[in-house]
Amino acid sequence: MENIINVNKLTYKYEKENVLEDIHFSVPRGAFLGLVGPNGSGKSTLLKIILGLLKLQKGEVELFGTAIEQFKDWHRIGFVSQKANSFNSGFPATVYEVVSSGLTKKVGLFKRHKEEDKEKIRAAIDSVGLTEKIGSNIGELSGGQQQRVFIARALVSDPDLLILDEPTVGVDAKNVQSFYEMLTELNQDRGITLILVTHDIGTITDKVTHVACLNKHMHFHGDTEEFEKQNMSDLYGHDVQVLMHEHDQHHHHHHVHHHGGENR
Amino acid sequence: MIEAIFKYEFLQNAFLTGAIIGIIAPLLGVYIVVRRLSLIADALSHVTLAGIAASLLLEKRLLFTTGLNPIYLGMTFSVIGSLFIEKLRTVYKHYQELAIPIILSSGIGLGVIFISLADGFNTDLYSYLFGSVSAVSRTDLVIIIIISVIVVAFITLLYKELFLLSFDEEHAKASGIAVKSLHFFFIVLVALVIAASMRIVGILLVSSLMTLPVAASIRIAKGFKQTILLSMVFGEVSVLGGLTISYYLDLAPGGTIVVIAVLILILVILLKKMYQWKHEVRE
Ligand SMILES: Nc1ncnc2c1ncn2[C@@H]1O[C@H](COP(=O)(O)OP(=O)(O)O)[C@@H](O)[C@H]1O
Ligand SMILES: [Mg+2]
Repeated sequence: MENIINVNKLTYKYEKENVLEDIHFSVPRGAFLGLVGPNGSGKSTLLKIILGLLKLQKGEVELFGTAIEQFKDWHRIGFVSQKANSFNSGFPATVYEVVSSGLTKKVGLFKRHKEEDKEKIRAAIDSVGLTEKIGSNIGELSGGQQQRVFIARALVSDPDLLILDEPTVGVDAKNVQSFYEMLTELNQDRGITLILVTHDIGTITDKVTHVACLNKHMHFHGDTEEFEKQNMSDLYGHDVQVLMHEHDQHHHHHHVHHHGGENR
Repeated sequence: MIEAIFKYEFLQNAFLTGAIIGIIAPLLGVYIVVRRLSLIADALSHVTLAGIAASLLLEKRLLFTTGLNPIYLGMTFSVIGSLFIEKLRTVYKHYQELAIPIILSSGIGLGVIFISLADGFNTDLYSYLFGSVSAVSRTDLVIIIIISVIVVAFITLLYKELFLLSFDEEHAKASGIAVKSLHFFFIVLVALVIAASMRIVGILLVSSLMTLPVAASIRIAKGFKQTILLSMVFGEVSVLGGLTISYYLDLAPGGTIVVIAVLILILVILLKKMYQWKHEVRE
């Protein structure tokens, strides 16, 4: 089927030096894409361009078949930013209020939330398992729970695409597993296309359907099986040793669903 | 007291104005505090002082301006000051907080020059610095009503957008909200409310009325709406209580209002400590 994102010949710089150079990549509908690369490799920058937070300088970006300059349906894209885990945790807002802010644009200027919106908000909170905490201040929650709140906020507008920038930073190890299970569920049961950004390849290869390796250039882009046949150090440079540390025995009997690949 | 209010128009003006300020100053204050802009309120109040001093100077030196309400020039300076702060924040991208001392000291500098040119302090200026129960005119009241209608409309109509801007500016941008214009209108409103509040609390203490009630409510409120409501309650109690004491003891209301706000804050902190302590003992 069609690609949700198409990026073509993208080059970007903040100051003098290119941070991204000649990037080509696409995300098919239904994929669970792991976007990996060492710190400073331009992952967040690429996402911000796709989200319209940074202006396109050179190249083309297409979202849902529309050139990004004309794209208006921003509510179709949910986003959990890397900064989400460094927000002002003293901010006096309940879980409900934070999640409802994900509907801001969809509900529209000058309008209040209708009953069906409230229902959606409660359902989104339920889908990340936080119904008990609905009236708690966000600052009272653990790092992992806060991360779930931000995912609920991204989900509440019923996005077709969910982008997560290093979502497991600050989440303790025992919660990371159930976090990934939740993502897999969103991908397989609700058919949401996912892009998960991480600097840690090892933890995600058995969960995603597609991998993209970024380090200023796009070094690899394809589905996970192909990726595993490649010699990692060719793709990824010297950081590989460090980044592969969590590549454990699970790896040999994983169940990766390649339905993203079938769709193409 | 009640009797006196019915009898004297100046008391009606003071209490009505105070009642309105007691609500809208903490209302904007919530956004100022959570967005960590508390110092902007301080900077703007000092710029307002320069405007008031300029107006008093004009009145004294040039007869034809007699009767010009200083609130107009105060508001003008305050709004211009807010525009400069925004401009400076983009000039000093990496030192955004520098904009605040720059504007604050410019405000004081200009104010001091205008005051000395006008041959020093007089009672009028004193009442602008620390507030006054007797100086509030009908015109002041009308101006404040107009400003508060704009503030309340702005916040009710754009509640969702303002919440998102305050909580997560990047996400507000990503959802396509006109973050820059929203912030701009907000700062201009802050400038107007500061200029409007000075009659009652005085220039030097305006920012405390915007921040102290919020500091108290943030300790105990659940969620943003509750924070707003409690801040307004604390603000209103401070202003009405402060005005009453100020009337009976003949003190400047700025002082009594702020002292009550501080007492509320201390009380809230103590009560919360006691509550937590009790819970720990039980567990
Ligand atoms: N706002 C910015 N201004 C200037 N340089 C930036 C900015 N944001 C990121 N960079 C630089 O761009 C490069 C890529 O950053 P980023 O996209 O955040 O990488 P990643 O998310 O992969 O860690 C880094 O070298 C970083 O220092
Ligand atoms: Mg990043």
